[in-house]
Amino acid sequence: MKLDALDKRLLETIADLHGVPAGAFNIRRNGQAVERRSTANIEIRSKEDKPGIDVLIRPGTRNESVHIPVILAASGMTDVVYNTFEIGEDSDVLIVAGCGIHNPGEAEARHDGIHEFFVRRGARVRYVEKHYGEGPGPGARILNPQTIVHVEEGAEMILETVQIRGVDDTQRVTSARVASRGRLFMTERLLTHGTQRAISDVTVELIGEEASAEVISRSVAQDESEQLFRPRLIATAPARGHVACDSIIMDRARISSVPEISARHPEAELTHEAAIGKIAGDQLIKLMTLGLTEKEAIETILRGFLR
Amino acid sequence: MLQLQGIELALPNGNGGNNNGLSPVLRGIDLTLEEGKFYAITGPNGGGKTSLARLIMGIYRPTAGHIFWRGEEITGLSITERAQRGIGYAFQQPPRFKGLRVRDLLELAAREQPSDPNGSLLRRLCHSLRSVGLCPEDYLEREVDASLSGGEAKRLEVATLLLRKVQLVIYDEPESGVDLWSFDQLLRVILERHRRGGMTTAVITHHEQVLLQADEIILIAEGEVKARGPRAEMWPLITDRARCRWRRSCEEENDEAGCTR
Repeated sequence: MKLDALDKRLLETIADLHGVPAGAFNIRRNGQAVERRSTANIEIRSKEDKPGIDVLIRPGTRNESVHIPVILAASGMTDVVYNTFEIGEDSDVLIVAGCGIHNPGEAEARHDGIHEFFVRRGARVRYVEKHYGEGPGPGARILNPQTIVHVEEGAEMILETVQIRGVDDTQRVTSARVASRGRLFMTERLLTHGTQRAISDVTVELIGEEASAEVISRSVAQDESEQLFRPRLIATAPARGHVACDSIIMDRARISSVPEISARHPEAELTHEAAIGKIAGDQLIKLMTLGLTEKEAIETILRGFLR
Repeated sequence: MLQLQGIELALPNGNGGNNNGLSPVLRGIDLTLEEGKFYAITGPNGGGKTSLARLIMGIYRPTAGHIFWRGEEITGLSITERAQRGIGYAFQQPPRFKGLRVRDLLELAAREQPSDPNGSLLRRLCHSLRSVGLCPEDYLEREVDASLSGGEAKRLEVATLLLRKVQLVIYDEPESGVDLWSFDQLLRVILERHRRGGMTTAVITHHEQVLLQADEIILIAEGEVKARGPRAEMWPLITDRARCRWRRSCEEENDEAGCTR
């Protein structure tokens, strides 16, 4: 199956791809693998018991990347995919995922991506996932990602998720367990507009000594959209963690932010902060004094906030 | 030339009481700023200096009166339109932006000036940062958020204006929050920019060093222009008034506390 112009544009939007990526990759379109490449150190193979892939990264692999974008360009389709990532000890890699939906019809188009990561001892991985929806039809564009992370001793995971725009409904579930000296940095950036709805549940358990986690959420809710954030940080060991939820609310949108921290060890140190507010008037004024129109100023502020 | 004629300004007072919840802030302001001159605007806190600057920039709209800039009436123009006509304003307390980097802010400021064919945009940004004592390597990628100190934010504010194509620039208390050494450098940059750019510069200030550089000093108190004139004429008046005011406020304070110093 060949990629058409629409596919290429979606790939550029969600994975910054301008052609076939260097390194390992797997491109999935409408529930089918379109193109795939493994490398000497990164093997991608299909699961035998359910739809999805296993990505096996050999121990010690460094400065390599894997791209696994998904395109959904059909109405009335639900694509469920299970991907497992085995990131070998002492490796250091980049994984770029993302899903772009183009819904041309009246029925919903839905992608449920269930991703599980095993970040082995001393490994470091940066995972970037972008979500985007578009299409002329009234059919809903739905994305329900589920991310399960196991960070082993001394390993590090950087998890960056972005919902650019156009996703009508999303229920995001992220859970992570971080072992001794392991580190997790999670940033979630999300824009909703129209009557869209977004729910994000994040649970991070710090289970080993000196484990640490930082969970940062930044969101913008426009029009009549709704957002609900429920980040939970649990420490059962002498570990450190911080949760920060920061949202800009506009128009008639609604946002709820419910951070929770829970310590089950006397040496645990957990903090949280949450803020919801409109764009500050002085920010707008400042950019307008540089010659920007009010519309340009708003766009600049939102773009920076969700960067 | 900037001309303010019969300017009145009232702003919400927050108590919704008299005058539809508005309190007079500026009264009967008639003021002209001539091309190429360096003005110091001074006076007691709460006297209306910042309100005047914000009014010139279009952040506040007058309740009466007219503003002309280079012969064009700009009273009804927006902030953007005034900025596009070459009016610039450096905030007393620059706002912070989560996610916006120093580089982004500087690029926005530089966008109206075509790049020098011999120098890249990046070079211009770096030069503006260095001019105000900020090392580009340390600051370009930093966010303009609360992690910047007050002094750093003020210096960045001046750097932003250095990149703009302005003919009238108002600095609102550039000395506040800036240490003495950094302020020396900032003032040098402001003066150099003024002299080389041939622009009209107005600095709202309480700082003697700035007052001593001004072609003219404008004294604003209780929402009115109390006096204006060449520095040499204004200097004794300014220092006398400052002493008077200080003495009066001490006496009032002592009366209230029922004690004497």
